[in-house]
Amino acid sequence: MSQGTLTTARAEGALASLSWLVFAFLYAPIVVLAVLSFNENNNVGIWTNFSFKWYGEMFQNAAVMNALKNSLIVAVVSTSVSTVLGTATAVALERFRFRGQRVYDGLVYLPIIIPDVTMAVMMLLFFAQAFRMISGLGPHLNFGLSTISLSHIAFSISFVAVVVRAKLGQLDPALDEAAADLYAGRWMAFRKVTLPLIAPAVAGGALLALTISLDDVVVTSFVAGPGSTTLPVYVFGLVRRGVTPLINAVSVVMLTASMVLVAISLVFQRDRGAKTSTAEE
Amino acid sequence: MPTDVDQVDPAQTVVTPELERDAERAQARRGLLIAAPSWLYLTLFFAIPLVIVFVYSFASRSSTGLTVLENWNLHSYRRLFDPLVAEIAFRSFVLAVATTLICLIASYPLAYYMATRPPRYRNILIILVMIPFWSNFLVRTYAWRVLLGSDGPISQISQALGGEPIRILFTNTAVLIGLVYGFLPFMVLPLFAALDRMDWSLIEAGRDLYANGRRAFLKITLPLSMPGVIAGSILVFIPTLGAYVTPAILGGARTTLLGDYIVSQFLSARNQPFGSALSVAVMSIMLLATVIYFRRGARTL
Repeated sequence: MSQGTLTTARAEGALASLSWLVFAFLYAPIVVLAVLSFNENNNVGIWTNFSFKWYGEMFQNAAVMNALKNSLIVAVVSTSVSTVLGTATAVALERFRFRGQRVYDGLVYLPIIIPDVTMAVMMLLFFAQAFRMISGLGPHLNFGLSTISLSHIAFSISFVAVVVRAKLGQLDPALDEAAADLYAGRWMAFRKVTLPLIAPAVAGGALLALTISLDDVVVTSFVAGPGSTTLPVYVFGLVRRGVTPLINAVSVVMLTASMVLVAISLVFQRDRGAKTSTAEE
Repeated sequence: MPTDVDQVDPAQTVVTPELERDAERAQARRGLLIAAPSWLYLTLFFAIPLVIVFVYSFASRSSTGLTVLENWNLHSYRRLFDPLVAEIAFRSFVLAVATTLICLIASYPLAYYMATRPPRYRNILIILVMIPFWSNFLVRTYAWRVLLGSDGPISQISQALGGEPIRILFTNTAVLIGLVYGFLPFMVLPLFAALDRMDWSLIEAGRDLYANGRRAFLKITLPLSMPGVIAGSILVFIPTLGAYVTPAILGGARTTLLGDYIVSQFLSARNQPFGSALSVAVMSIMLLATVIYFRRGARTL
């Protein structure tokens, strides 16, 4: 690497210190929050003793536990459905040419770039209107976990599709041709050649969908019904009223969960990458 | 003339134009079939809701706050030009621009630093940026509410040093800090991607031609990293313009932004047509920004 020689030592030092300053800015608030969550005192601002008290409280808190349960149900349902639909979308867009593909392409990217407030408004009006029409026919439907899951799937499909499509685009088309030369049918070639190669991307997309579902506040708060609050929506409601040690503990758990998910997805993709590169050598 | 190409042994087939056309058709059919479930899903749960918002924005509102789907009018759109709305829109715009600029200035050195490290070290730095990027946004914003509180750590340190207690929570400054903090990784990653792809021998060539460091940067590095600058700016600008969580947690009554203003039209003011018109307006700005992105800086992320 000759890049180092292009900048003077002084510029290099300034660059390094600026960079680590940005990292400090990114991590300091998280660290402070984590430390404060172990404060025994009822008042967040006064440090008394190190304790796990608030973590214990959290597990005793029925509302928190119920919200957590709802979050997990929604996350599992929306992740599984959107992973399948998103992968199919990626394959259809990358491997096939068909009429209306461009419109479809746009439809897939739109949920990613649309602001979540707008998405929330869309889903609220849509379900309200749909329920009014359906109740005219008899059944009376209501907002709840199902509307939350349906909304989460609507924006997760796109994220899975984009991640998987990027991977599909990198694959050598000759691999499929080779499979065809060896008399593999299309389905067989997909299952035995393409799918194993895109598996890390599918897993990455699924983890992304899971993270987004577990983090979403805005859309969920619009389409949640009575008793179907998810954990972020519940915490959001509490946070708006003020800072409490209980929220600190719940926050640190949520933060840790999302960091673990990121770490798993990074390690997983790295591991697969390492394996293929050693195979190539 | 076989119609299903799959059943033909490829080794014995002579490729004729008809056969090729049939194969293309079969291919298109399969593509449509695979795309169909998600297409249906996105049409039902995304495209139709989008149309509904658009339709509602022309609807009228009864005296009790219910939306009446008749007497179609442009009333809600006219209200977008009210001084109050204009003030909120202007404040949101200024905050979004300020957030984008601060993120850009803070991220550029970091992205440059990352791109010029040896690969092993670079990977660690990427992970360090990725972790906050994917960490829970609500919690990361909440952390600032704790930090900036009147009895929070920053205020306590300031008082311990003999200064005044810090009172910036519930102000525009607090919202700005929260937005920069929340969206900084969105800027770093595309900038890094652009700088990482750059051919660094160009700089050497520039230096060989007696360009000094500053000149080489301005004439080579900066123009080549423009796609990353544009992509990052749009990735930060769009969500900050519609931000709701950050102003709701760190802002006060006098810092209403477009995001929470839209939300209030649905959850408290009960004026769905006006809320819809606001959403359509925000969406239009966003689409415009995205079109610029795809024209100028496509394929950087």
